[in-house]
Amino acid sequence: MKQSQGCGCNETASQNRHKLSTSGVGILGSMDDLPSCAPEPDRPGAAYEKPGYRLCSYVDRFIPTDAGPVPLITPRLTKDDLVSTFLVRCGIGRHSYTVSPGLYAIGNPDKNSEVLVTANFKLTFDHLRKELAGIHAWVLVLDTRGVNVWCAAGKGTFSTRELVKRIKMTSLEKVVDHKRVILPQLGATGVSARDVKKQSGFRVIYGPVRAKDIPAFLNHDKTADKTMRQVTFSLYERFILTPVEIRMALKPALMFALAVFILSGFGPGFFSFAGVWDRGWPAFFALVIGILSGALATPVLLPHIPFRQFAVKGILSGAVFALIFLLLSAPAGHGISGLTALFLFSVTVSSYLAMNFTGATPFTSPSGVEKEMKRFIPVQLAGLALSSGLWIYSAF
Amino acid sequence: MKELRYLDDVSTLVLDPDKCVGCGLCTEVCPQAVFEMHRNKAHIVDFNACMECGACVNNCPSEAISVGPGVG
Repeated sequence: MKQSQGCGCNETASQNRHKLSTSGVGILGSMDDLPSCAPEPDRPGAAYEKPGYRLCSYVDRFIPTDAGPVPLITPRLTKDDLVSTFLVRCGIGRHSYTVSPGLYAIGNPDKNSEVLVTANFKLTFDHLRKELAGIHAWVLVLDTRGVNVWCAAGKGTFSTRELVKRIKMTSLEKVVDHKRVILPQLGATGVSARDVKKQSGFRVIYGPVRAKDIPAFLNHDKTADKTMRQVTFSLYERFILTPVEIRMALKPALMFALAVFILSGFGPGFFSFAGVWDRGWPAFFALVIGILSGALATPVLLPHIPFRQFAVKGILSGAVFALIFLLLSAPAGHGISGLTALFLFSVTVSSYLAMNFTGATPFTSPSGVEKEMKRFIPVQLAGLALSSGLWIYSAF
Repeated sequence: MKELRYLDDVSTLVLDPDKCVGCGLCTEVCPQAVFEMHRNKAHIVDFNACMECGACVNNCPSEAISVGPGVG
């Protein structure tokens, strides 16, 4: 995250680099004269240092082009990259995880090398560059406000307009002799190849969905086979999304937890703090079970849970986990109404969060989600009301 | 995506075969393999796989395809 914020790669790129190498580095040079000093370690980036700027860790050096110096990036991910990838996958700092938009180089590209277009979400950028080891290409990063290609295309930031603007801003026609750019296929949702050609003169070629298929795509005369053109949603692809799902559920869950404890206080003496404590915890755990079922178990087990509607999958998964929880913990003294309340609460939370997961999948249509929500939001509200009523009733 | 299917009969995808010029770009951009080319015309071969992402609509040169909401 650190290296991405305000590191100003592009600003550095647009400066005169000879001027840079003499400003800031002179002090270090004079220190070399002192015999007692340890030898200056080899720092290839030192020549590009400039006061007030920090060289991005993924930039090796700058290479000259007819449109000025362009940062050469490395396909290697550092430990910092991996740590911040982990944090972003957990939903920490993912809204400001960006790289500066503009033109980058990888390998040893020349005027005939391909131009690969991508988004300025650093997770996307890292994902792309790590697949480009051994490839000589230009990488054109669009300003998608730190959002991945597909979502940005849907939101209209990975767009015809931004692509045309970025081609002009980077003077791409001076950097390459050809007139073509390769876009990730999922960018097609926001881009019209025909309009790009009309407005910039550059022809759009849609590459594969996944960055890992780019080497094969380039080796096969820029053609993608059917598997490269289709999205997948494997176990790993589903699992990797769940930390963010859980994190997004945390804030409303905190409100719910508070409400659950307060509700648990109501009883024969109108309100008791003993009730808050004794009855609050089982209800709280029912909430946790609902969250784990809806935001973790349902996404991971998705194709194995029957029915297509996510809300129903959430109900099934929630029912199973709630039953296991109630059987194992056997909270006594709640009666059948209390146990039913806890069960219903877990199932409702699970159903809602499972339905929420439709937004993270690559195969649900907005029309389908709308249909499902119209049907199940009332069901979930009823479940919530019923479980709250039963829970209070069971205290008497 | 054979193992994971969403609701049937909900997509707003419409293809006008008369307007299709047979460029095949829709078969290229669709991430769900909804289209196939037969005798120089695009055909919808898997309507229920459509997730209404709008990639085909954006890139069709002859406005032969339309889809409702269009934001995936």
